[in-house]
Amino acid sequence: MSILTTRRQTAAAGQRPRKLQRRAALVGWSFILPNFIGFALFTLIPVIAGLALSVMSWNSYSTPKFVGLKNFQTMLADESFWVALQNTALYALGHIPLTLAVSLGLAMLMNHKLKGIGFFRVAMFLPYITSLVAVAIVWNMLFNPDGGPIDQFLRLIGIANPPGWTNSTAWALPAVIITSVWRDMGYYMVLYLAGLQAIPRELYEAAEMDGARAWQRFWNVTVPALRPTTFFVMVMLTVASFKVFDLIVVMTGGGPGRSTTVLSQLVYQNGILQGNFGYSSAISFTLFVIVLTVTLVQYKIQQRQER
Amino acid sequence: MSTISTDLDRELDRTSTGKSSRRRLTPSSKGTGRTRGRRIRVAALYMALVLMLAVVMIPFLWMVSASLKTNNEIFAVPIKWIPDNFQWSNYAAIWGKVPMMGYIQNTAYLAVIITGLQVLTGSFAAYGFAKIRFKGRDVLFMAYIGTIAIPWQSYMVPQYIMMEKMGLTNTFWSLILLQAFGAFGVFLMRQFYMTIPDELCEAARIDGLSEYGIWARVILPLSKPALASLALLTFVNTWNDYMGPFIYLTSNRLWTIQIGLQSFIGQYDAEYGMIMTGSVISVIPILIIFLLGQRYFIQGIATSGMKG
Repeated sequence: MSILTTRRQTAAAGQRPRKLQRRAALVGWSFILPNFIGFALFTLIPVIAGLALSVMSWNSYSTPKFVGLKNFQTMLADESFWVALQNTALYALGHIPLTLAVSLGLAMLMNHKLKGIGFFRVAMFLPYITSLVAVAIVWNMLFNPDGGPIDQFLRLIGIANPPGWTNSTAWALPAVIITSVWRDMGYYMVLYLAGLQAIPRELYEAAEMDGARAWQRFWNVTVPALRPTTFFVMVMLTVASFKVFDLIVVMTGGGPGRSTTVLSQLVYQNGILQGNFGYSSAISFTLFVIVLTVTLVQYKIQQRQER
Repeated sequence: MSTISTDLDRELDRTSTGKSSRRRLTPSSKGTGRTRGRRIRVAALYMALVLMLAVVMIPFLWMVSASLKTNNEIFAVPIKWIPDNFQWSNYAAIWGKVPMMGYIQNTAYLAVIITGLQVLTGSFAAYGFAKIRFKGRDVLFMAYIGTIAIPWQSYMVPQYIMMEKMGLTNTFWSLILLQAFGAFGVFLMRQFYMTIPDELCEAARIDGLSEYGIWARVILPLSKPALASLALLTFVNTWNDYMGPFIYLTSNRLWTIQIGLQSFIGQYDAEYGMIMTGSVISVIPILIIFLLGQRYFIQGIATSGMKG
């Protein structure tokens, strides 16, 4: 770090000739360019174009025309938008806290130096590398109300009328959430495990000497020390849950009825299937603003707690 | 398996800052009263571990078991974990029902090309971001990071329109161009390059190496583990990608294994055993790759969560 600051100071003092600076910029850009051309063309421009499209009327047969906020008005009056928004929010409300809690619990469990712990860690990671399609297919069958193993187990422990899961409008979303937590927990466990191992052991020893009980150590040492990791995990989970698509398309197709239809399906249906580019961009812009707002709120909370 | 697990252990330890001393749960010389308490604790921990292992493994075991059953047996009450008659024929018949081999070839082709391009351009750009100081660099990097946090759905429609205008929909080109220049690769490699001391590049500069020479001869050899992480993560993501091929590839001969599998369910929705067979086949290549390179996976993911 000290090297960086001293160098910045000398640069600021004007000891670095302009010619050298220009040369550095040229060399720097030459490294970035091969990736940047692709990145700019296929990510950056579409991102900006998406914003512009949301205030235009444009479909496969017409030329783009500025219409102001008309797309957003249409969207607010569109009942299927509200249904999808509600489902997406419910999915996020289930998926984010559950995955966070389960993966933190797993990481704490896996942070013990026990014989064979490496084997358990690897096993926990397996769901994450399995394709969502395969995961969705298998869980769909596990959730099958007629003879699927989950309901068989529930009957065994005395629940006479187990849920219909993906066949019922009330239980389809919980089924999707359970599947997604199962799949993602190993990934976030690794992030938490890395965070846990960066906590100095002395902090725990000091807390133990002060007579702190296990749960006190957890709240007063572990949780504060993991705050940066938790923030990162929250942001990743938020982005991931608001863009959920694959799992739902394969597991429920948005049904039964519209009980699991989410926003990204609306974007796909309106934009790519029906060619209503303007309208679908209004929905995707809304999706983006929601993710951004949630992330900013999380950032503010994290900042306040840091103090 | 034991060598694999110790590798993972070591990798996770390496990603930590090293400040934490190791915990030892083996009974020590602290006195017999505590030893007994410890033994109970260790037993409880193992019980929790085994429970979680069951939660993770049962769906996999069920998948394999179902892939070897007849359709009637799959939802039998009570569950039969071991089929009466192993239906090995499922594994022979599936290749004739759908062009499984073609799907696998398409997926492998896409995954290899995209991974190669991503690793090459990503590590090259990361050097510019990590080791060369120039005006506008940090702003540019923020643009890269920013797009990681934007859901793909917010810009997939403009991307699609672009590809359509260029006549690239329903070709592999569309997916290659969209996925090979991702920001994630640049981000991950930069995080790693930041940990390489600047003095090393400085020394190489004094020795007369150009920046390109430093990248090729100093940085690349040092970053083999990070390159492996990025390559493996990209490969698995591309292999498992569903939405990209779902949107862009419409003709059957271009389909990847995920799309093939999905359409197989549509065609033979009552052939539960066969569907499970297809799922098992789609998972096996990735499973092998993961088990061979798992320490790089874990390391790559742990690195992406570090502050840099």
